Amino acid sequence: MSILRNSTLLRHLAFTLLAGVVLYLLTLQLEPFRNFQLATVAAYLCATAGLTVLVGLNGQLSLGHGALMAVGAYTVALSQNRLSDAGVTGNQVLSLSLALGVLVTMAAGAVIGLAAARLRGPYLAGVTLAVAIAVPAATVTFDEVFNSEQGLPVYVEPPPLALGLYFPNERWQAWIALAGALLTMLLLANLVRSRIGRNLRAVRDDEVAARLAGIHLARTQVLAFVVSAACAGLGGGLMALLAQSVSPGAFSLTLSLFLLMAVVIGGLGSLSGAVWGAVLLVALPDLTHDTTDWVTLSPEVAQRLEGNLPLAVFGLTLIVVMIAAPGGVQGLLRRLGALVRRRVPTR
Amino acid sequence: MDRFVFLTFDGLSKGAVLAAFALALVLIWRAARIVNFAQGAMAVAAAYAAYSVTSATGSYWLGFGAALAGGLLIGLVVERAVMRFVDHTSPLAEVIVALGLVLVFQALLGMFYGNEYLPVGTPFSRTALTAGGVPLLSRYDLFVFGAVLLVVVALALLFTRTPVGLRMRASAFAPEVSRLLGVNVGGMLTLGWALASAVGALAAMLVIPTELGLHPHAMDLVFVSAFTAAVVGGLDSPVGAVVGGLSVGLILSYVSGYLGSDVTPMAVLVLLLAVLLVRPGGLFSSTVARQV
Repeated sequence: MSILRNSTLLRHLAFTLLAGVVLYLLTLQLEPFRNFQLATVAAYLCATAGLTVLVGLNGQLSLGHGALMAVGAYTVALSQNRLSDAGVTGNQVLSLSLALGVLVTMAAGAVIGLAAARLRGPYLAGVTLAVAIAVPAATVTFDEVFNSEQGLPVYVEPPPLALGLYFPNERWQAWIALAGALLTMLLLANLVRSRIGRNLRAVRDDEVAARLAGIHLARTQVLAFVVSAACAGLGGGLMALLAQSVSPGAFSLTLSLFLLMAVVIGGLGSLSGAVWGAVLLVALPDLTHDTTDWVTLSPEVAQRLEGNLPLAVFGLTLIVVMIAAPGGVQGLLRRLGALVRRRVPTR
Repeated sequence: MDRFVFLTFDGLSKGAVLAAFALALVLIWRAARIVNFAQGAMAVAAAYAAYSVTSATGSYWLGFGAALAGGLLIGLVVERAVMRFVDHTSPLAEVIVALGLVLVFQALLGMFYGNEYLPVGTPFSRTALTAGGVPLLSRYDLFVFGAVLLVVVALALLFTRTPVGLRMRASAFAPEVSRLLGVNVGGMLTLGWALASAVGALAAMLVIPTELGLHPHAMDLVFVSAFTAAVVGGLDSPVGAVVGGLSVGLILSYVSGYLGSDVTPMAVLVLLLAVLLVRPGGLFSSTVARQV
């Protein structure tokens, strides 16, 4: 036990393995639709965890992470389709495409990050907002490659035959997405605890002090952006696999705002907050959908509420959280935990 | 050549609207040091109010008045009910709350009016008047110029010639001293928000008929372009906002005219990045040591 307490890496590895086993057992129990939702949560988690590192730990605001997800998604789509056209088969092709998606998104992130390192507060928000609008528009401009508004289908091979002829596709998707999310969380958790993580926080808290301590400001900020972009790229690539198609409509400005909402509501300070955020992103539209189903409404009203109601709930929650509980869900849980711990020994 | 002339006038007309919208951003920035990312959504809400009034009464001008009044009211409510309570020590909080407002406004508009593009009429014809066979400006463009000019002059007079304007400037630059001298600083802040929101509503009324129509997202790109315009002028300067608006309007008009309208969002990004990387304080800023 003491080894686990002393070594961060081993502790995180043990946590990841445990989570992996639990999630594996869970995927065996869940019906296909729930597995698909679990896979979607995992894909969002990659992006929200990356965004948490950027906004929460480094203090750089990005409204363009939906666009970065689009970069990853389109790269995976193009790569999958080209490889299958070239006759390359096998399930390892998928990991190649995903890796390619991450690399291309990292490059995009580095370009934005270089600009971002020179900008502050509202200026940075403005630039990333422009990115969120420009990237979907780029798919229309270069329509021979990206097929404008219709988007591209993504060729994905069925689950390997070794798993059996009737293996549910959703469970296979969930495995891929969960593997990606667990890997992301493991790497980020270690990064956050490392010297780099401390540098990120130092830059966020006081730039002058950080510079006096010998931290290279711009390098740290660009690094944060690149790491965060890599995560968003993986998340986007996984989304492309899950939906088996990509289109600019799926990566609109609203998605970028949603990702930011998710990490803020989840709790900006910690990676666990990103998990809450990702769960919320999938659960909230579903919940509001169920609620509107439960109350009988005319089809026209129901159609108007669909999609708009989660938007309103998200926006309102965001404002309330930001004003009343800046720590988000994770902050509330931590406060609750501290309360309980204080009570228990005195009893 | 004809095309160039046409694009120039079209760009100036678009630029006038961007100038008005950038002016609204500058107003709030000067009063509260906040870039109001919800400006576009607030302006669209006012435009929807105008749509309702116009469809109920059949009069464009009643709708126009409703948009301005609605703009004032929305700015007032947003400042009093939300922005007042935001933690002002981190710029992150303000931007995030404003984005929350964007979602709430767009969702509510989508619920009440639907997510379709609604056609909106103009009070004047949009067919261009010709001079010697060259199409120049439409009557509507002239109306746009007139309205924006009126607002710019009115704001300039308000800020430089009236006691209220003096108080507004004082509370923006030295809130503590102004409070000691008996200025209602909170009230001035609310007034600043209301005025800016009304100017934004005017810009929305002018621009929406020339685009695809009324839609909860109708001002998204306009907001980004106007932000670019305000940054070109250097967020602090009203004159800069007007010049920035006109130049961004011209550039975007040439880009969309010669390269296609799909390229405009990317052009905005490139332009914004170029300005921020070369002169982060904007072209009209006096040199001030940056505080890190």
